[in-house]
Amino acid sequence: MNIFAKLLAVARRKSPWIYTVNSGSCNGCDIEIGPCVSPRYDGEQIGMLRQGSPKHADILVVTGAMTKRARHAVLEIYAQMPSPKAVVAIGSCPASGNVFAGSPLVDGSLDTYIPVDIWVSGCPPRPQMIIAGVAQAARLLAEGKTADQQRKAKP
Amino acid sequence: METIWQSAFAVAVWPGLLGGAALGFFYLWVARKLSARLQGRRGPPFLQPFFDFVKLLGKETVISSGVNPAPFYALPYIALASTVFGLVIVPVPGHTVESFAGDIILLLYLLEVPVICDVMAGYVSQSIYGQVSAMREALMTLAYNLPLLAAVIAMSQNAGSFRIGTLQSAPTGLVTVLAAIAFLVAIPARLKSNPFSIPNAEQEIVAGAHIEYNGAPLAIFELSHALEVVLLFDTFLVLFVPHFRNQLADTALYFGISLSLMVLVTLAAATTARLTVKRAFRFYWVWGGLAAAAAMVVAIVG
Repeated sequence: MNIFAKLLAVARRKSPWIYTVNSGSCNGCDIEIGPCVSPRYDGEQIGMLRQGSPKHADILVVTGAMTKRARHAVLEIYAQMPSPKAVVAIGSCPASGNVFAGSPLVDGSLDTYIPVDIWVSGCPPRPQMIIAGVAQAARLLAEGKTADQQRKAKP
Repeated sequence: METIWQSAFAVAVWPGLLGGAALGFFYLWVARKLSARLQGRRGPPFLQPFFDFVKLLGKETVISSGVNPAPFYALPYIALASTVFGLVIVPVPGHTVESFAGDIILLLYLLEVPVICDVMAGYVSQSIYGQVSAMREALMTLAYNLPLLAAVIAMSQNAGSFRIGTLQSAPTGLVTVLAAIAFLVAIPARLKSNPFSIPNAEQEIVAGAHIEYNGAPLAIFELSHALEVVLLFDTFLVLFVPHFRNQLADTALYFGISLSLMVLVTLAAATTARLTVKRAFRFYWVWGGLAAAAAMVVAIVG
């Protein structure tokens, strides 16, 4: 690994910019993401910033069960993000559907549509856990171990 | 041969690309850290703007369909080149330049090029938010350029010259103070910080004119913004701050005053909310106009 690759790895670890998308959440997890950049938890210490455009983001943060209505939007936003990118699923809903499982409007797990790198469990998870999840996703980006990077690396 | 190497050094190292970038990233870190401390947060680490820049350089670039790639890729580099050449024609500690007639006018033009690039970037992106942002930015230039240009014209009238060298050694007086106030008023709008963060209003029009930019072109825009901060402070320093011809005193003044300008801008940004375009316009044409008129009257009469 040459010096530029090393520098790039450090920069990727130190600068996770997130974009949040609500794919049918009850809003509980979204309320917990807000405090991540507030004075109490201050995600900017690890360089975490919320971006308004998916094109500026490195990490896609998804909250809520994968509803049929939101599926197209989630796929579109994931496709718009420039590589390398990571996906962090917040709470139990993206994983299993949680209390919404079995609903005719819910499509099951998020990773049937986009590759998920980090699952943060909880209903809702605490802001500390969300920041830890984002930090871990940034570490995966630095090591080249996200699903997106692995897929690109294959011949 | 000697002069070619000197010019190359000035463009690439100091006060051009490398030195300017280091200084600009430092000022941007000061702004982020200070506003974090004012909000009771700890704020980002020292090298944060540099890490953001490197990370963006290492990303892939995605272009929306229907966007013309030539201007999309060219605009950030034009903005960067104009700010670098602006930095080179301004004398700063450790860098002397042969002053020529009208170089302050050239400097004003070079200061304006990144703004025009931003406006065009907004329209090129084909995004409705980018276009709203571009329109707002074009409107804001009409607002803040009234006090900014009037300050420069008043100082030139006072010194009787459009040479940076003559302006720098002109005696300070009442006109300097009034023109400096007019220039200071224009700085937050020029840097798009609160309460004049109207063109890049996040939460309101998503992400400003750079909304469709990503990867390396976005990184170059960020770099050119960092250099713009340095260039604007340099302009303030040559126009209004007395020159002592003493290496130590001038260097201390250069860094001290630039840093205090950044602190002032950050204090204004952290304690105010965004204004509407109409109110910002009224502010600049009433209060900025008043300061400008006072400076002009003193320059012509006194």
